[in-house]
Amino acid sequence: MTEQELITNIETVPETQEYFINMGPQHPSTHGVLRLLLTLDGEIIKKVEPHLGYIHRSIEKMCEKDSYQQIVHLTDRMDYLSCHINNEAVCLCVENGLQLEIPERVKVIRTIISELTRLSSHQLWWGVMGMDLGAITTFLYGFRDRELITDIFEETCGARLTMNYNVPGGVMFDIHPNFQKRTKDFITYFRKKLPEYDELLTGNVIFTERTKDIGYLSKEDAISYGVTGPSGRASGFACDVRKRFPYSAYDRVEFKEIIYTEGDCFARYKARIDEMWESMKIIEQLIDNIPEGEHKAKTKAVIKLPEGEYYQRVETARGELGVYIVSDNKKSPYRVKFRSPGFSNLSALDTMARGNKIADLVATMSTLDLVIPDIDR
Amino acid sequence: MSLSADGIYNFMGLKNYISDIYNGVKSLITGMKVTGHYITHPKEIVTQQYPENRDTLKMFERFRGEVVLIHDENNLHKCTGCSACELACPNGSIEIISGKEIDPETGKSTKIIDTFVYHLSMCTFCNLCILSCPTDAIKMAQGFEHSVFDRSKLTKVLNKPGSKIMPGVK
Repeated sequence: MTEQELITNIETVPETQEYFINMGPQHPSTHGVLRLLLTLDGEIIKKVEPHLGYIHRSIEKMCEKDSYQQIVHLTDRMDYLSCHINNEAVCLCVENGLQLEIPERVKVIRTIISELTRLSSHQLWWGVMGMDLGAITTFLYGFRDRELITDIFEETCGARLTMNYNVPGGVMFDIHPNFQKRTKDFITYFRKKLPEYDELLTGNVIFTERTKDIGYLSKEDAISYGVTGPSGRASGFACDVRKRFPYSAYDRVEFKEIIYTEGDCFARYKARIDEMWESMKIIEQLIDNIPEGEHKAKTKAVIKLPEGEYYQRVETARGELGVYIVSDNKKSPYRVKFRSPGFSNLSALDTMARGNKIADLVATMSTLDLVIPDIDR
Repeated sequence: MSLSADGIYNFMGLKNYISDIYNGVKSLITGMKVTGHYITHPKEIVTQQYPENRDTLKMFERFRGEVVLIHDENNLHKCTGCSACELACPNGSIEIISGKEIDPETGKSTKIIDTFVYHLSMCTFCNLCILSCPTDAIKMAQGFEHSVFDRSKLTKVLNKPGSKIMPGVK
């Protein structure tokens, strides 16, 4: 090749073309088996196509052969980080169907444990979010504080992750005598430790550069995709089920609905950090005022819901979980459908990631706080 | 920071540029301080050395590790073989094979358990069997080290050989 030919070769820029890349199913920052098919132009994302089904266990179908007591433990395996809230959703739905009067004590216990679950979920999310962006330190700090909550669960509910503490009509056992003391100790401890989270990550220049103005989701898009939970509220969508449609003991506690309007990754991050403060406030209001009484309302050994349709929504750590039960007056439901928050939140990922770089996709996914078994069920 | 058309930072931009660097470095040092605090205060570190502390490690009494059939010192248990736990189990991890025993005095035959099979590999530790048991014959034990080399070892027979039902339990 002569010198002249070389120069002309260099000067003719080859046409760029779009190409595809598979992110996942085994990718550490997808937190599970989620496969994303990315259409890229260089490093810029043109399209994100989530491919689901790698961890589908047909929980909805399994519910159709199980009794109402047995359904509860399956929901542990959906969004395992907010398992108590999932259990509560099913139990509330069944109790609505039976028109069962629930003791006040149960309502308060459920609310406290739900908020503890939310705290532990957000702690894990915070640690993992830092790790996704390259800071392994945060992972260890998040787990250090989460360990104390899992200890509370272990003592009262009997398990650390898949607790299955709810039964239709109440809770499985009464709270452990140490429960109140341990929870109070934890709150005093965590009030001191949460500012550490801000010092480590919130103010960090590398972190803010990677999250501010990244993964923007407008309020209109959030509503049309049904993005709920802290992710939706960071876009200005006031969707807190605890505030809008109070259940259990949420109508008697004071807390703020965290709303940010920026809609970027940093707003979603801040929404969750602020939610931790609010959760602690809720627990503090209730922990000294657990009313005396039974821990379980009396139910029949075989529960049969009257014919009809029942729906119950709750606020999990990720957003709105809906449980829809169709009953035909038999031992097991005719059809069960879970409206999981992760599925709807994931559907907005394409809109959020378009035009950003690949590295920003990791930050966007992290702030959506996806739990893959929740998406697939 | 703002970049002028010819690629040189203008004066205001330069000021912002320097303050950005200052704030950035400051934020990094704030984070490092937290880490430094824990390096200099090793007593605040909460790590447990798991296999080493096995002797002192005690699980909480409600912790659900595995299902056991309670036997007393005379090798007597309370299981009547009513299969309530088998029905309550969502995954079929309990299998009760019952037999018959003929009372030599009255000649009546009563149902007793022959083998109480427990598939640990299928159990989800949901505690429904314990709640359903009318005689409180089974409970959740605290053992959690379940790893074995062969899957068949996870299928256990819970009633001890030669054990009998406690008299008076119906």
